[in-house]
Amino acid sequence: MATLKEYQDKLPPKLFEELKDETKGMADSKAKKVAEAVYEEFRMSRVEPGESVGLVGAESIGEPGTQMTLNTFHFAGVAEMNVTMGLPRIIEILDGRAKIKTPMMEIFLKNPYNKGKDIKKIALSVRETVFRDIATEFLINLADSTIEAKMSKKKMDDLSVTDNMVLKAITGTVKGITARIKENVLIVKTKGKEESLNEIYRLKEKLKDIFIKGVKGIKQVLPVKREDEFIIITAGTNLNEVLQLEFVDEERTITNDIFEIADILGIEAARQAIINEVYKVIESQGLNVDIRHIMLVADTICSAGRIKGITRYGVVSEKSSVLARASFETPIRHIINASLVGEVDELTSVVENVMLNQPIPVGTGLPGLVTKSTKVDK
Amino acid sequence: MAEKKQKKKTEEKKEPEKGKASEKAETPAEETREEQEEASKETSKKESEKESSEEKKPEKTEEAEKEKERIEDYEQVISKKVRSLVFGVLSPKIIKKMASAKIVTPELYDKEGYPVDGGLMDIRLGVIDPGLKCKSCGSKLKECPGHFGYVELARPIVHVKFINVILNLLRCTCRECGRVLIPKNRFEKYKSQLDRVEKELGLEMRRKKVSDIISSLKTINKCPHCGKKQQKLVIEKPTTFMENEKRISPIEVRSRLEKIPDEDLEIFGINPTHVRPEWMILTVMAIPPVTMRPSITLESGERSEDDLTHKLGDIVRINQRLFENINAGAPEIIIEDLWDLLQYHITTFFDNNIAQLPPARHRSGQPLKTITERIKSKEGRIRHNLAGKRTNFSARTVISPDPMLRINEVGVPKIIAMKLSVPERVNQWNTEYLKKFIERGPEEYPGANYVIRPDGKKKKITEETKEASLEELQPGYIVERHLMDGDVALFNRQPSLHRMSMMCHKIRVLPGRTLRLNPAVCFPYNADFDGDEMNLHIPQTEEARAEAEILMQVQTQLISPRYGLSVIGCVQDSISGNYILTKDLKVSRKKAMEMLYSVGADDFSSLPRKEEVSGKEIFSAVLPEDFNFIGHSKLCQRCIDCKREKCERDAYVKVEKGKLVSGIIDKSSLGSESGLMLRDLHVKYGPDVTIKILERIFKLGIEVLTNFGFTTAISDTDLPNVAEQKIEEVMKKAREEVDVLIDSFHKKELESFPGKTAAETLELRILEVLNRARNQAGLIVAEHCDKDSHTIIMADSGARGNPLNLAQMSACVGQQAMRGKRIDKGYSERTLSSFKKGDLSPEARGFIRDGFKKGLTPYEFFFGAMTGRDSLMDTALRTPKSGYLYRRLANAMQDLKVEYDGTVRDASKRIIQFEYGEDGMDVSKSEKGTINIKRIIKRVT
Repeated sequence: MATLKEYQDKLPPKLFEELKDETKGMADSKAKKVAEAVYEEFRMSRVEPGESVGLVGAESIGEPGTQMTLNTFHFAGVAEMNVTMGLPRIIEILDGRAKIKTPMMEIFLKNPYNKGKDIKKIALSVRETVFRDIATEFLINLADSTIEAKMSKKKMDDLSVTDNMVLKAITGTVKGITARIKENVLIVKTKGKEESLNEIYRLKEKLKDIFIKGVKGIKQVLPVKREDEFIIITAGTNLNEVLQLEFVDEERTITNDIFEIADILGIEAARQAIINEVYKVIESQGLNVDIRHIMLVADTICSAGRIKGITRYGVVSEKSSVLARASFETPIRHIINASLVGEVDELTSVVENVMLNQPIPVGTGLPGLVTKSTKVDK
Repeated sequence: MAEKKQKKKTEEKKEPEKGKASEKAETPAEETREEQEEASKETSKKESEKESSEEKKPEKTEEAEKEKERIEDYEQVISKKVRSLVFGVLSPKIIKKMASAKIVTPELYDKEGYPVDGGLMDIRLGVIDPGLKCKSCGSKLKECPGHFGYVELARPIVHVKFINVILNLLRCTCRECGRVLIPKNRFEKYKSQLDRVEKELGLEMRRKKVSDIISSLKTINKCPHCGKKQQKLVIEKPTTFMENEKRISPIEVRSRLEKIPDEDLEIFGINPTHVRPEWMILTVMAIPPVTMRPSITLESGERSEDDLTHKLGDIVRINQRLFENINAGAPEIIIEDLWDLLQYHITTFFDNNIAQLPPARHRSGQPLKTITERIKSKEGRIRHNLAGKRTNFSARTVISPDPMLRINEVGVPKIIAMKLSVPERVNQWNTEYLKKFIERGPEEYPGANYVIRPDGKKKKITEETKEASLEELQPGYIVERHLMDGDVALFNRQPSLHRMSMMCHKIRVLPGRTLRLNPAVCFPYNADFDGDEMNLHIPQTEEARAEAEILMQVQTQLISPRYGLSVIGCVQDSISGNYILTKDLKVSRKKAMEMLYSVGADDFSSLPRKEEVSGKEIFSAVLPEDFNFIGHSKLCQRCIDCKREKCERDAYVKVEKGKLVSGIIDKSSLGSESGLMLRDLHVKYGPDVTIKILERIFKLGIEVLTNFGFTTAISDTDLPNVAEQKIEEVMKKAREEVDVLIDSFHKKELESFPGKTAAETLELRILEVLNRARNQAGLIVAEHCDKDSHTIIMADSGARGNPLNLAQMSACVGQQAMRGKRIDKGYSERTLSSFKKGDLSPEARGFIRDGFKKGLTPYEFFFGAMTGRDSLMDTALRTPKSGYLYRRLANAMQDLKVEYDGTVRDASKRIIQFEYGEDGMDVSKSEKGTINIKRIIKRVT
């Protein structure tokens, strides 16, 4: 497609690809004509300098916000797991909250596992198993100052936990105790002298939460069939460890925790994650918002190299203008701090100029045109 | 050529006397006060600008002279512009220098009611009474911006707003030599570290970091510079400093702050050229001009003073008393007490909401509104008066529809048209024309209300002044004439959530008392006519009018920047009408011509010459002759092997050379937010033509309905017996299924979903069964209803309603769900007392079996009300949440714009995106965010 080559740099890649596909098999001259027309139309639909894209983006996301449901819960595909959706989710993402309400992962699997091989077993192996999950009964033996915990053989088999694993986990986590297993009963004894009842009780509670196997943070797993492959949906996330599992398809596995993505995969990945997550919510509400607006918001959040929420502590605190910050929230604080530093407000953004009754440096206020007026003789 | 001006934000300080303050104050009429305050604030700002520019001038002499000459030519064209604002703290010296009066007495007026010299209402501080002249500048009320005064404080007072900074400074510097407690050799290292902290986390974190560093150095006890021992310093809120349980007086604090050298201040991020730390301890206090705290005269002739004046009165009074006591050599304890009282008053003058202090109150018990309260929050100066302003030349009233208006017109009542005006400059060509307006005067339409002389004097036109005005009228004068057809106006409905909430319309003066608009623009405004009101603004300058017409007119806003489709389209009746028209209507040629003519089309050449013409042919008559379009109607099933023109549902919409060949026109062709035909029209013919065609199509739809009648009848929801039986059966089956489920649950045989309890599983499964049953009922209704009934037509065409609504009316309302579950709230283990405990059956958990027509049982009705209430709550809670999100987004992103190099940058020129949206395309100029290559190929080949 030599004829189209000159357009490769002129058109955005996606459009160019489409053009290439559409003109396949066309005569060169014809293809060229088409390409020229496409380029012309592309040129006509480019944004104009000065266009206030930020505000348009804010409007495009803010306006449909009023139409979204507040319903926190939505059933993700199958009827079993709750995910935050709707307005609360959007707020959560844009706030840049480090702790999200319903962390979730979608683990994609490598062949042959994604065809359903050992799917149940794999799923369970990912799940975080704590001692509580296999124990059925806890007893405190006052006479010997020991704790006896009955374990369910069945549950242990289901989760493929062995006695040894339990012992290792327990002695590895809690110091100063001896533990042994006799006929499915775990007996824990403190090494030291007589412990008070209180302390033994505390030890018992600690035992319940001892991590035995799986991936920390994965609270629930659910294998589901999506299209023609099996994936595992989890409640709770731990991207770092999951990606290291050998049966996991690292390329497609994803979490909805944006901070985790930023930590492990970097800020660009986090940006993409924000776009995807916001878009998902807007789409699920049956609303129609162009992806460009969401991109702009995501870029605003990520442009500092870290995730900064759209809050007074995040993006807004980065503004160069004192008055712009003051007009948002906590005006007094900003003015006081500005006065200490002797801050200079160069009036380069919008609100300050509105405050001073001056043209704003956006859109038609941007170009400074001067006409020479000729004086009329009186 | 902007003149550089500087404005200093000053922190003034004052003191009041405890408790007594409240006794003095009276409650003033809030509203007028607000307004006056606003005005005075504005002016005081201007004043400070002026002042500083004067200071600047002498510096640049010759050069400035030349520059000035050059500028003079343009002077009329270019207005002065503020280039930047500098913030800083006022030093005592500056306070004295900028003050025009020293305030020495708390008295306000003498016996005659004339302001006392040296009092708080001193006329050197500006005038608020008509008739008086300002002693400082000689101007009258409204001309004088007001001037500052000052009070010499008997003892230094700590400024509350700087308390944290002061504490930080004291803790981190040596109490003897004033140096920072960081050894010299590490100074540079920490400085760069701190600079980084400030860049990343802000000024406050920087200061915190300084104290962190110092405590980590463990040099707290000994100064690394002079070796003196350091003491532990604590703060006793709000304004007292304690060292080793001993109080240190503001005098001592001030002297310590004085000792801190300039170089060391930079460590704290304090700029010594603008701030010296000792200025944070007040020795003199600036008194704000009277113009920003005007008193109001009540009807009874009594004067009611502003909150600030009350507070200042307290401050001055206690200050005087303190002076007297000190001079008289009063015991230390009395002086201390007065000092504390002064501190209290000055603290509350700045902020009356300090946690540890009781707020100063009016006599009525209502807290005083002092400086901080004036500035902050939504009703404060910044958001209420500075970022948002009021306008003249605007109108607001109820709206009503008028489909006969053009889409870009707005109908304005004559009464409004005679109140609002457009300024028109007189020139040699229009003198006679404008004279006619003046002749008619303000009472007769179209007349004129005011004449403005070139010197800016505004004269009202009345019967008496008419003659004189006519006489003197000559080029250069401005006549404010009444609104007339074709004038431009901005039309707006709140909440203004997107840019289509404020568009430019052409005025059409009409009888009546409401603003009229074409129903097609209801969608972008989100308006209806149940009592909505809208606002109208008349731009007053040529620039504003040009901008409004070119950038804001309705047709320029057709394509939404949110998703790239038309926001304006046919609504309601016009969709049903076009649906009926293009479905299978046949009318006589005469009737067709009648209809087309009343729609505004007068070219009937494209109408076939036969006795009876089809609806499709009539529709084609309003389309341009070279228009081609292919689309699908709403009923299209997206069959894999599309039969195209032969589609039995007639869902394949094809327009060829301006002729509708096949297909029914409905919402997916014409509707707002979805109309693809509108999109294609827009691309091919541009906004103006599209609007014209849309108007015709719109009216055509309504014309059809007026000619053939349209209603929705209760009989539309009637079902044949067969259907009734089928539904009965479905319901019975569902009921049985649920019973089986409940039964197996009770027997503990129900297999639960992973991660769910048996009870939860049961709920989910019942919900599924019942929803299925309702959907089946819906299908049966759809199958058996009268396809030609108007209710169905509305649903099919997409004008209003959907098949589910019909099913709810005629067959079954269905399960009422709250938060995705069946209703389970109410009494313990049951929803209502008429059910047994633990009853899980459908009817006990909010399943409404029958349709609305048949009626609901009392408990069904109650469940319906529950979900209704729930959704009302949802709306009520959501609105403020999404509103706040929107505000934050708008605030964070308002200064992002596309630069000339195509990058998106913020106000400080940081790059946010290298290319807008990764391809630089404007959504509102695209088709749903893309370029349609297929169509281009078609066009080119």
